[in-house]
Amino acid sequence: MSQLPEKAKVVVIGAGIVGNSIVYHLAKLGWEDIVLIDKGPLPNPGGSTGHASNFLFLATHSKEFAEITLDSVEQYKELGVFTQCGGIEVARTEERMEEFRRLMGSSKKWGIESRYVTPAQVKEMVPFINEETIVGGFYTPGVGVVDSLQAGTLMREYGEKKGVLSSFPNVEVMDIETEDGVVKAVVTDKGRIETEYAVIACGVWSPRIAKMAGAAIPLTPQVHQMISVGPIDVLAQTDGEIGYPIIRDMDTFMYERQSGGDMEVGSYAHRAILIHPDDIPSIEEAEMSPTELPFTEEDFEAQFEHSLEIMPDILGDETAGIRHAINGLLSLTPDGYPLLGETTEVKKLWSVAAVWIKEGPGTGRLVAEWMTHGVSDIDGHHSDISRFSNYARGEYHSAQRTAEAFNKTYGIVHPREQWLSNRNVRVSPFFQMQKDLGAVFFETAGWERPQWYESNKKLLAEFGDRVVDRPNEWDSRWWSPIINAEHLAMRQRVGMVDLTALSIFDVKGSGAVAYMEKMAMAKMDVAIGRGVYTPILNVKGTFKSDLTILRLGKTHYRVITGGSDGPRDMKWFNDNRPGDDSVTIQDMTSALCTIGVWGPKARDLMQSVTKADMSNEAFPFGWTKKIRIDGVEVLAFRISYVGELGWEIYIPMELGLGIGQKLWKAGQEFGVVPVGIGVYGTTGRLEKGYRLMSAELDADYNPVEAGLARPKVKKADFIGKEGYLQARAEEPAALLCTLTVEDHTSKSGVKRYMQGGEPILTLDGEMIQDAKGRYSYATSAGDGPSIGKHILLAYLPPQHAKVGKKLLVEYMAENYPVTVAAVGSTPVFDPNNERMKA
Amino acid sequence: MDILVCIKRVPVTGAKVVLTADEQAIDASYLSFAPGPHEECAIEEAVQIVKKHGGSSTALTLGPDAAVEQLRYAASMGVDDLILLETDEEWPPMPTARAITAAIQAQEKKFDALLFGNESADAGGYQVGIRVAHALGMPVVTGIKKLEFEAGTAVAHRQTPAGWEIYEVPLPAVFTIKEGINVPRYPSIPGKLKAKKKVIQRIAPEEGDVGLEKVRLVVPEAEASDVTILGHGAAAAPQMVELLGELGLV
Amino acid sequence: MILTLIEHDQGVIDPQTFGMLTAVRGLAAEQGGALHAILIGADVAGLAAGLGDYGVTAVHLIEQESLDAYAPNAWAACVVEVMAAEKPTAVVGVGTERSNEVMAHVAARTDLPLAANCLAVQPEDDAWFVTRMRWGGTLHEEARLHGEPKLLTIAALGIEVETAPSGSAPEIIAVIPDLTDADLLVRVISRVEPERKGISLTDAPVVVSGGRGVGSAEGFAVLEQLAALLNGAVGCSRVVTNNGWRPHAEQIGQTGTRVAPELYIACGISGAIQHWVGCKGAKQILAINTDAEAPMVTKADYAVIGDLHEVIPALMAEIEKLKG
Repeated sequence: MSQLPEKAKVVVIGAGIVGNSIVYHLAKLGWEDIVLIDKGPLPNPGGSTGHASNFLFLATHSKEFAEITLDSVEQYKELGVFTQCGGIEVARTEERMEEFRRLMGSSKKWGIESRYVTPAQVKEMVPFINEETIVGGFYTPGVGVVDSLQAGTLMREYGEKKGVLSSFPNVEVMDIETEDGVVKAVVTDKGRIETEYAVIACGVWSPRIAKMAGAAIPLTPQVHQMISVGPIDVLAQTDGEIGYPIIRDMDTFMYERQSGGDMEVGSYAHRAILIHPDDIPSIEEAEMSPTELPFTEEDFEAQFEHSLEIMPDILGDETAGIRHAINGLLSLTPDGYPLLGETTEVKKLWSVAAVWIKEGPGTGRLVAEWMTHGVSDIDGHHSDISRFSNYARGEYHSAQRTAEAFNKTYGIVHPREQWLSNRNVRVSPFFQMQKDLGAVFFETAGWERPQWYESNKKLLAEFGDRVVDRPNEWDSRWWSPIINAEHLAMRQRVGMVDLTALSIFDVKGSGAVAYMEKMAMAKMDVAIGRGVYTPILNVKGTFKSDLTILRLGKTHYRVITGGSDGPRDMKWFNDNRPGDDSVTIQDMTSALCTIGVWGPKARDLMQSVTKADMSNEAFPFGWTKKIRIDGVEVLAFRISYVGELGWEIYIPMELGLGIGQKLWKAGQEFGVVPVGIGVYGTTGRLEKGYRLMSAELDADYNPVEAGLARPKVKKADFIGKEGYLQARAEEPAALLCTLTVEDHTSKSGVKRYMQGGEPILTLDGEMIQDAKGRYSYATSAGDGPSIGKHILLAYLPPQHAKVGKKLLVEYMAENYPVTVAAVGSTPVFDPNNERMKA
Repeated sequence: MDILVCIKRVPVTGAKVVLTADEQAIDASYLSFAPGPHEECAIEEAVQIVKKHGGSSTALTLGPDAAVEQLRYAASMGVDDLILLETDEEWPPMPTARAITAAIQAQEKKFDALLFGNESADAGGYQVGIRVAHALGMPVVTGIKKLEFEAGTAVAHRQTPAGWEIYEVPLPAVFTIKEGINVPRYPSIPGKLKAKKKVIQRIAPEEGDVGLEKVRLVVPEAEASDVTILGHGAAAAPQMVELLGELGLV
Repeated sequence: MILTLIEHDQGVIDPQTFGMLTAVRGLAAEQGGALHAILIGADVAGLAAGLGDYGVTAVHLIEQESLDAYAPNAWAACVVEVMAAEKPTAVVGVGTERSNEVMAHVAARTDLPLAANCLAVQPEDDAWFVTRMRWGGTLHEEARLHGEPKLLTIAALGIEVETAPSGSAPEIIAVIPDLTDADLLVRVISRVEPERKGISLTDAPVVVSGGRGVGSAEGFAVLEQLAALLNGAVGCSRVVTNNGWRPHAEQIGQTGTRVAPELYIACGISGAIQHWVGCKGAKQILAINTDAEAPMVTKADYAVIGDLHEVIPALMAEIEKLKG
């Protein structure tokens, strides 16, 4: 072993599956002077990789996870460490079978082969299962196990042989030095390494290492219990590591995975057991390894019984002993996604944490590409570590949320399901008003936002048949027909929507115009007072974000983006700021609250509270103006995300309540209704075909496909221009369309309502795939009360992207007829936007 | 035959021992507990004796409420009955032996054999089994690595550097067991479930005169590492041979 | 006066006994100078004279035909009888299996506390302050030993034996013990010679020992070959016996055998406390391990960092080369 170098291009900390994957891909991408260190020995330094059960299940609702896992499988195969054995997720309940039907849709749209299997078919593949405990299964033949330690060794060897990597076990990081917010050196117990980049791939230790540099990696180590039972003859007789499919006993949150002559039984069913990163024992102190803590049997009692129920013959054999039992540590995050990317706090300090075996190599490639090119082939924006608001980067939030998240690992999680822990963190000035009106709060980025108001229940009678209820419990979970009634009342009269959760930041300075031109696809050098909606592109010309920019002065812009997009967008804007002081960025989110006033009576309402001229002539669509309400100066922006006449009003936070009450009081005369985000984010939006970041828009689609291309390309250079020009020159592989559901009646006669995510099929029931290999599915779904139809948005290849085209949508294993109602950004409601511009 | 096996809850240590702040015990924050290795074999022996000769097995421990875990472990290996002599902390050998003696005398069941570990893994006092034997007027053989029963007598084998010593004693008798007498089984899942349901007889003993009074524990200073690295991998072979030569071994 | 128990078997005094005598000599001097010994057996008078070299001033010689075979409780009865007659301030044995056993019987018979395996003894007015071994010596306990006289055994393995500066022949005091059948009930009725398959672990000049890193039962083949080449014996760690790769008889450690060879070669052994206790007596330790920071490596005298399955074959080839 040679001496630790004094200088490096990049120091990767942590030699588990993640660190090894990172150095491998950096080496492949041409990086040199890569140094990999770990405080433990090689090949098993004692982190979570060392005790992982090493299996890869493929089916998931998440596109990001699916893509990363499939890429990881390919890489493991290339390394020769993948053993395909198949995996069966089994159901003990009808509720789980329904989840499988939903999961099948996800498998299809990510191109994963899965099929339903009967208990008898499960028994055929896994003869020692008690098929009477299960009602069915979900079989994915491509599931397999890997040797993650061997994979790591091979990956290191690649870099070492290429002469660009040196690996140092038994080197402990003591400090990470920074200068002016940029990484400078990694200080270890064996010496100091000056380095341009540092990558934290330390799994459960990551928060502790990040803290040395003043950065936050919000993950919490948690216990996952696993026992190994053997010897079991029937298993010992198979060749090699595994001969039977892995069983995931989903309803008991457990798995049974053969490992040679033993059966490994793991659980996600026990109470959340959180371990603070500072409380993880050292290698020397640990009885087994630092991440294999003593087994707490009392947490596994029910699991003993459940495992006996499903495999009574082999696990009930008294000669098969529990030879190994651990409380294994793994990394959990507040929202279940990994923590990837440059940290918000320190430049050139990258986090690659909370990545499990099934994501390791794929994540390694993703992050290495991101570090090299500024963008990756697989879109990892859900996992972008900069997604967290400041409050959510702390240990408290992470501990609360991950404790709640643990039992969701194998749970059935509704797409609209709300977190229960650490709520009421960020509230608008109108919070109490909303509570008094019976608001049902949903959370975004810590903000409490009314999804609908129970006080609007009376509107149900008013709108009668036009409000469609959902008879199926799943369809109506975390939903209320009141949303649709609020929608109709707004379209008929006027509604008030609390938009305080929007992220707002101001861009100022002599370089602001040029800088904003660089950032945005749309022209930014517009008249003062104009507001512009624009895509924000990454370097390859696909979506980084979409947002609205107001030009408030010669050198003053205000950027308005989604509450949960804000931190990520703000980092993107900050990262691309000129090196000098010509542009400053100031986060205004906590300084301003926002109310949307929309509906045919919006002008009457607004005019009744201000002396400013609110007429269409004086205050046209797309313009901003400072107006006074009761003497308080507020900024009004004539815009709408719900397709109605009206304004967004930005008010200094402390003055918000007074203005809100004033508007509410004045609105009574005009029949004002409080309107929730159910309308703003779903029904109103979908009727207008407005795109949503992370649903319709991500780095897999370009503005042409999304129907957001401008008539002309602006002269100024901007990030992603090259890719955008190329996309314009090409025939789009898919176009975002609005579809309407023609018949909701299922075979059982119950009307079913799609929730979003469902595959779109041809009338023959075939999946639709575009020229780039992407399958069509509903990126969003929701009611369109004003058009009387359920609306889906979906990308369709050109041959299907035709108004009137008849297709099918698969929902819970049944197909329903749909029609393409609009292609591109043309809305299905008020296609000429007459209402907004009235 | 009715067999009693006495066990002690001890931490399973890693490569480095850390003490609690009061220096009275090992900091077991990161450690699990188990019966000592000798005692684990004693449990296995008890279970095997009962399987061969019939009768019943009982496990007894003196320790905190948490020691229930070790009793249940014994039950999961197949022990029938469980007795906990509940104390707040570790007791020295004399009161431990007195409490065990009293508990045995209080049982309706008259045991044919009492099994102990040869010495506890942690305290290593080498005396509790012998004290109990004297108090109960039973013969005691220590360091047993093979044990056979025949018509009211036991033949016990003890390993010494010079070979095997054979003892023959009438029952009831006390035997202190050494690891190696058998290979203790890993508990099965059904064993675990059975153990969970066992009722534990709880007794609150009185400590009395301690005799040997623990003041504190000390971790002896480790000798400074001055290891000479001869080399890496196969390339180190010549240096190794050189070392063997210096030591006169080749 | 300090009364010591002389441990012997088959006509030979256990060498650790001399370590114990070396250690208590100073103590005896502090307590008034007299250092007595007690020798028990059927034909042990010949062993008494030499004890003077180690500072023993008087030997209580208990010779009786019934004590021909080792009988721990009878030995204890003899000690108790001498105790009663001589009123020593302390009775000291050596910290071996046998002496610990006899002293525990003494303690039980007299209802006195016993401190086993003491490393240091500090007489004080009432209770004596002792430091004793726990966990096979990886942890020490400081304790107060009550009772009168004090009963203790000395952990003598690490003590360098020294003869007394003015050794002279001890006074021999013959004692006829009053032994009952009960005292003699537990006694060695026969002996079986150890099965000699090659050289024994405790006698071998080289022990080639394997741990988890060997990987499998089959993996021990290279260790056996190396041991044969060096005229050594094969040992293993507790993990290995638990995995069923090797018999318990080969286990080195706190609950296995403790060895003290010229060279201990630890192959793929991490060095948990349990194991270290068994091998730390070796003159030299050579660790072969992939982990340069493994406790076994850092505590060893020499180490080779690498996979034992590569290192050992290379070593054997090198030895063969040397042997021509």
